[in-house]
Amino acid sequence: MNVFLQRVYLGLVGLFLLLPLMVVAGVSVNEKQTLAFPPQGFSLSWYGEIFANPEWRNALLASITLAAVSAALALAIALPLAWFLWRRHAPWANVFQLLGIAPFTLPPVITALGLLTFWATTGFYGQPWTAAISHAIFFVTLPLVTLSLGFSSIDRSLVEAAATMGADDRTIFRTVVLPLILPYLVSGYAFAFVLSLNEYIVAYMTVGFTMETLPIKIFNALRYGYTPTMASVTILFVAIAALIFSLVARFGDLPKLLGAMSNNDK
Amino acid sequence: MRREAPQKLSDYGPLLFPAGMLIVFFVIPFATMIAVSFFKRDPAGFYSTAFVFDNYARFLSLFFGKVLGFSLFLAIAVAICCVLLAVPFTYLLSRSSRRTQVVWLVGLLSVLSLSEVIIGFAWSTLFSRTAGITNLLVAIGLMSQPVALNPSFGAVLTAMVYQALPYTVLVLYPALVRLDPTLTEAARTLGASPITSFFTVVVPALRNTIMATLIMVFIFALGSYLLPQILGRPQHWTLSVLITDQAIYQSNMPFAAAMAVFLVLVTLGLVGLTLLAGRKGEAA
Repeated sequence: MNVFLQRVYLGLVGLFLLLPLMVVAGVSVNEKQTLAFPPQGFSLSWYGEIFANPEWRNALLASITLAAVSAALALAIALPLAWFLWRRHAPWANVFQLLGIAPFTLPPVITALGLLTFWATTGFYGQPWTAAISHAIFFVTLPLVTLSLGFSSIDRSLVEAAATMGADDRTIFRTVVLPLILPYLVSGYAFAFVLSLNEYIVAYMTVGFTMETLPIKIFNALRYGYTPTMASVTILFVAIAALIFSLVARFGDLPKLLGAMSNNDK
Repeated sequence: MRREAPQKLSDYGPLLFPAGMLIVFFVIPFATMIAVSFFKRDPAGFYSTAFVFDNYARFLSLFFGKVLGFSLFLAIAVAICCVLLAVPFTYLLSRSSRRTQVVWLVGLLSVLSLSEVIIGFAWSTLFSRTAGITNLLVAIGLMSQPVALNPSFGAVLTAMVYQALPYTVLVLYPALVRLDPTLTEAARTLGASPITSFFTVVVPALRNTIMATLIMVFIFALGSYLLPQILGRPQHWTLSVLITDQAIYQSNMPFAAAMAVFLVLVTLGLVGLTLLAGRKGEAA
């Protein structure tokens, strides 16, 4: 009976999480341009519309480019920082760890407004590349956290052994450290990529008037009423996120990455 | 390997790029924002340099008080709903098999990463008259005709709980996974039912974690920006909406900056409380 109740509770939470997505999935296959559920007719044309309609296609391309570039930049900031903090004993350098975590902890509107005033003051407001830097700073927390976790799981005696055999810092990093933290590197990139893909307010406040990312495009379209492409794009994004996180789970240790102790197999 | 203090200047090399980026693109923008909050609005451009407290003085208006009060109330309501739902859920999740956990975690992360726009759109569909949940109730005979459930406070609250629930679960997850299972086993051996042992053993053991989670979810919910606009009426708009509105549409960046600085102070105060709660938890 109790196991049954537990299943019911888990099931209800699952239903709550899935229900809106199921309705949107249903709406996205409507044949006509109406918001109706259950769907009337069946058509996948609204998925084709994302790629066929230049407005949606450009927004999708802009989002993917922004996510790919900003996640790479976030990684480029996080990797040397996490490596330095792990390699060296320099307590004051922890300030930068804190700075890396702050943008993500504060309400996003604050980071967004800070960057808006900064880009406006320096005269770069509206340039597409400012969005990439803004997102990299906003999401640097994610690779920083996964990489710190990755470094802390490295057995320091391995590095010592390599050093005893004459490897210098650079060689050690390339042959010992890098292979060991690769899964954390990849998952840090994946987290930053997916979140950048979905981010609205920072992108809107920095380049909202010159570049349309997909979330901005959806919101702008939402103001003028409903088009079924919103539904198909939503499902596409859910699918992308689920796919990427499944891959992270497949090639990494997701429970450990999210803070559980490793190998608590049951 | 011993962690050595950096000896040569070149040892600091790796720090150069990250530190530079964070200072130029986070610390300086932040400082700019604080500076601008004391500037004067310039209707022609963004702002003109000055040192005035006018922007902060505007906080004393009734309108601002109402928005602030509503933002805080909404964030508290979301935090309480999420923690009430998430604590039993995460507890059950942490006790299930590793495979099940991974599947749930992938799902939770996917929902968590969803854009606010997408969540807003999904719920506005679910609450709509033509495609919404009321159609289901009509179909099974509980209602006579479908109705639109938004814009309303309930719609905003539901969608925000939806947005924050995966976050709450992921914040609670590490603590609950590490919770010593022998605690509940002991309670069970002594005759407590699973539900009694959950409330008399698990919840008290996690009191500090739950407090810290409440505050973190509160901050998370405070940042919500689009959901109140998509699913609510203007009286349901939060401080985040007001800040963006002032910065972009009213071109009053100094006032927006002053509100943002105020929001930072509220948030930092709460983070301080969280840390304090955490420290007490370690001492206990």
